[in-house]
Amino acid sequence: MATIFIPTMLQKLTSGIKKLELDASNVRQVVDRLDEMYPGIKDRLVEDDEIRESLAVAIDGDVAIMGMLTKVGENSEVHFVPAIGGGF
Amino acid sequence: MTSNQVLSEVEYNVVGTRPVRPDGVDKVTGRARYGDDTNLTGTLQAKVLRSPHPHARVKSIDTSKAEAFPGVRAVITAKDLPFASLSKEELGGDYTALKFATDHMMASDKVLFKGHPIAAIAAVNGHVAQSAMDLIEVEYEVLESVVDVREAMKPGAALLHEDLRTNDMGETADTPSNISTHMSYATGDLEKGFAEADLVMEKEYTTATVHQGYIEPHNTTAFWNSDGQLNLWTSTQGSFQVRATVSNILRLPVSQIKVTPMEIGGGFGGKITAYLDAICAVLSKKTGSPVKAIMTRTEVFEASGPAPASWMRVKIGVKNNGKITAVETEMAMDAGAYPGSPVMQAIVCAFACYDVENGKVDGYDVVVNKPKSAAYRAPGAPQAAFAVESLIDEICGELKIDPIDFRLLNAAKEGTRRIEGLVAKRIGLVECLEAARDHDHYKSKLENGTGRGVACGYWPNRGFQSSVVMTVNYDGVVSLIMGSVDIGGTRASIAQQTAETLGIAYEDVKPTVVDTDSIGYTFITGGSRTAFATGIAAISAAEDVKEQMISRAAKIWDTSEDDIEFVAGMISHKSDEELRLSFKDLARQTATTGGSITGRSSVDPSGEGNGHAVHIADVSVDQETGKTDVTRFTAIQDAGKAVHPSYVEGQMQGGAVQGIGWALNEEYFFDDTGKMLNSSFLDYRMPTSLDLPMIDTVIVEVANPGHPYGVRGVGEAAICPPMAAVANAVTSATGNRMRSLPITPGKILEAGWDSVKS
Repeated sequence: MATIFIPTMLQKLTSGIKKLELDASNVRQVVDRLDEMYPGIKDRLVEDDEIRESLAVAIDGDVAIMGMLTKVGENSEVHFVPAIGGGF
Repeated sequence: MTSNQVLSEVEYNVVGTRPVRPDGVDKVTGRARYGDDTNLTGTLQAKVLRSPHPHARVKSIDTSKAEAFPGVRAVITAKDLPFASLSKEELGGDYTALKFATDHMMASDKVLFKGHPIAAIAAVNGHVAQSAMDLIEVEYEVLESVVDVREAMKPGAALLHEDLRTNDMGETADTPSNISTHMSYATGDLEKGFAEADLVMEKEYTTATVHQGYIEPHNTTAFWNSDGQLNLWTSTQGSFQVRATVSNILRLPVSQIKVTPMEIGGGFGGKITAYLDAICAVLSKKTGSPVKAIMTRTEVFEASGPAPASWMRVKIGVKNNGKITAVETEMAMDAGAYPGSPVMQAIVCAFACYDVENGKVDGYDVVVNKPKSAAYRAPGAPQAAFAVESLIDEICGELKIDPIDFRLLNAAKEGTRRIEGLVAKRIGLVECLEAARDHDHYKSKLENGTGRGVACGYWPNRGFQSSVVMTVNYDGVVSLIMGSVDIGGTRASIAQQTAETLGIAYEDVKPTVVDTDSIGYTFITGGSRTAFATGIAAISAAEDVKEQMISRAAKIWDTSEDDIEFVAGMISHKSDEELRLSFKDLARQTATTGGSITGRSSVDPSGEGNGHAVHIADVSVDQETGKTDVTRFTAIQDAGKAVHPSYVEGQMQGGAVQGIGWALNEEYFFDDTGKMLNSSFLDYRMPTSLDLPMIDTVIVEVANPGHPYGVRGVGEAAICPPMAAVANAVTSATGNRMRSLPITPGKILEAGWDSVKS
């Protein structure tokens, strides 16, 4: 089961639950199952079927490059973090 | 004494050496072609009419007199852009984003900062265009403006966008506000953490609006082919980014736009945004001629994107032994006229140097009547580091703990979970701190009247997409084609990784940066990603070449590919010592074994290695004038593996110097209405070589496991610590704590007077 970390601002939708375990093989399934459990959470994470522009999803610490299609491992950690670009 | 040290873990043949950069001679002899060197026959010059007001409603624009002016070929306003003829219904959810993008390029209903484009003219030369601009009549209704980030956040502040509502991670507020976005992350139990502390300190910090200060101004030339293909020659950090912006604003398919990146005279994040490209394209379309525009320095300051001013509150609780028990921060950054400050990066980076069990970070993105902020080297992180590292220094003073010992006690390391939840992989902060502690600079005695400060900095470094193609020529020289614009020596560093992988000499790799039609998608040169991500693309393409060369050798020797190995540039039969070919020998046989060999790779790699830097600054402060001189400065940074140590040292020194300018001198001055008052290099004071000592460097190499040679990015972490290091040194020298940047002589004198009063 993958461990899903609920972003702090969305924990009011999960009655304060900060992380939970889910059976999901990709990010889309994670989001859909979260929404089944906590209706409305999908809209906060996703826009036009993509992770919101201001967010990135990270699987085991690596920012997912395929968005909703990114695979989630059996023991993966899933985080929704601020999107970061760069300057240089 | 100045010095450059490299603390290496692993040595390679080419990676880690210091060859001459391929573009160096052309750049120092004037042969390199920059944007202004694009001179097509019949090129018209464009000038942009800009708003004199920071905030005003545009009631009318009359361009008829300008259009009739001799030598003027075309005048455009926002009405000439596709957005003007698209309805809200047609655009649906894209409406606001396209309105912001189009209005930023050329204002339609409102101007939101002084310098906001309002019209553009193409004429036979720049003087004619300039003269004709005076004939454009614009009627404004001047509105109250707001430029201070905290003032803009207050209820009742002048609103820039009447329909902008705060987005709280997907939840939209009911009422309009200048706060575009709020984001918050927390970990552990904040209350418990602060309750366990023996000392809790909480302070506020501010930083000013600053500019990247690149030497070459923004410039573009546009010209349409008769088949409808738009060509752009421009100074940019990302040709594909320009293509995407122009495609979006002009509603053109990306394949109809070819962007050729010219050599770039500095960017530091500021040359990611495309300001002139769509304007020149529309003018070129209208006139049928090539159109070129070049910003003046004033336009660069007033209308391109600076780094945001910020307000930050930081609270830290510690035990008497220095162990951190809880941290908290609120950070607000001004995005300028349209949403998009780097405050979310700031909150992620704020405490990333520390192992924090209980913490909370809040970020606010706020629009104000200034030019839209742009990326500037580690966007958001330098401001955050200034606040956090200053408070840590203050705590060290209270607890009488050595500032490096404090940081070593609390340092993030592999396995540390950060506040936003991610776990650090192999990182080199501890090694950097140890190198700082052991450096002769840190051990040296301070002279009277001088002070010393240290600070840490963090930047995650990025991956993203890169493409590389390489062809083996008949003479064995490899033509290396890439889409990454070369700002800091990436032709050299990508060529080195190619040569290392192929086992050939660096001089036998010939790198070329090409246009958007000639290579696969490549993300910007930014985010400290290019040596890492384009490097991985080059390594992968080189592996492709190796496989093909093995296949050719198999044909020549009439044997199985499994019997052949490619080691150190030699292709050999595993069991027959007689069958050996050098890379060059085999290259000569490509024509008779199936034709040219071309390796290619497009990647979007994860596995970037986070970057950390530690800086030590010594300053002397003139007690009578308040002038601060940096007398010694050492920059220490984990580069993973320094592909070209000289260029890594250059990045570290450049970051330090820009940070010192940010700390001591640089700031936009605004009048009461939000008009910038110092839009020239005479009045916007950046440090020069005469102001600074040589910056000592120590490259610490803690290999990034996510890259074949251990490479991390190096361009950005280097600008995070200097402001706090300098501020802490000023405190050490004067006894007064400076919590507002820049630390001008006036602020130092005022702090001295205040401390005497109290």
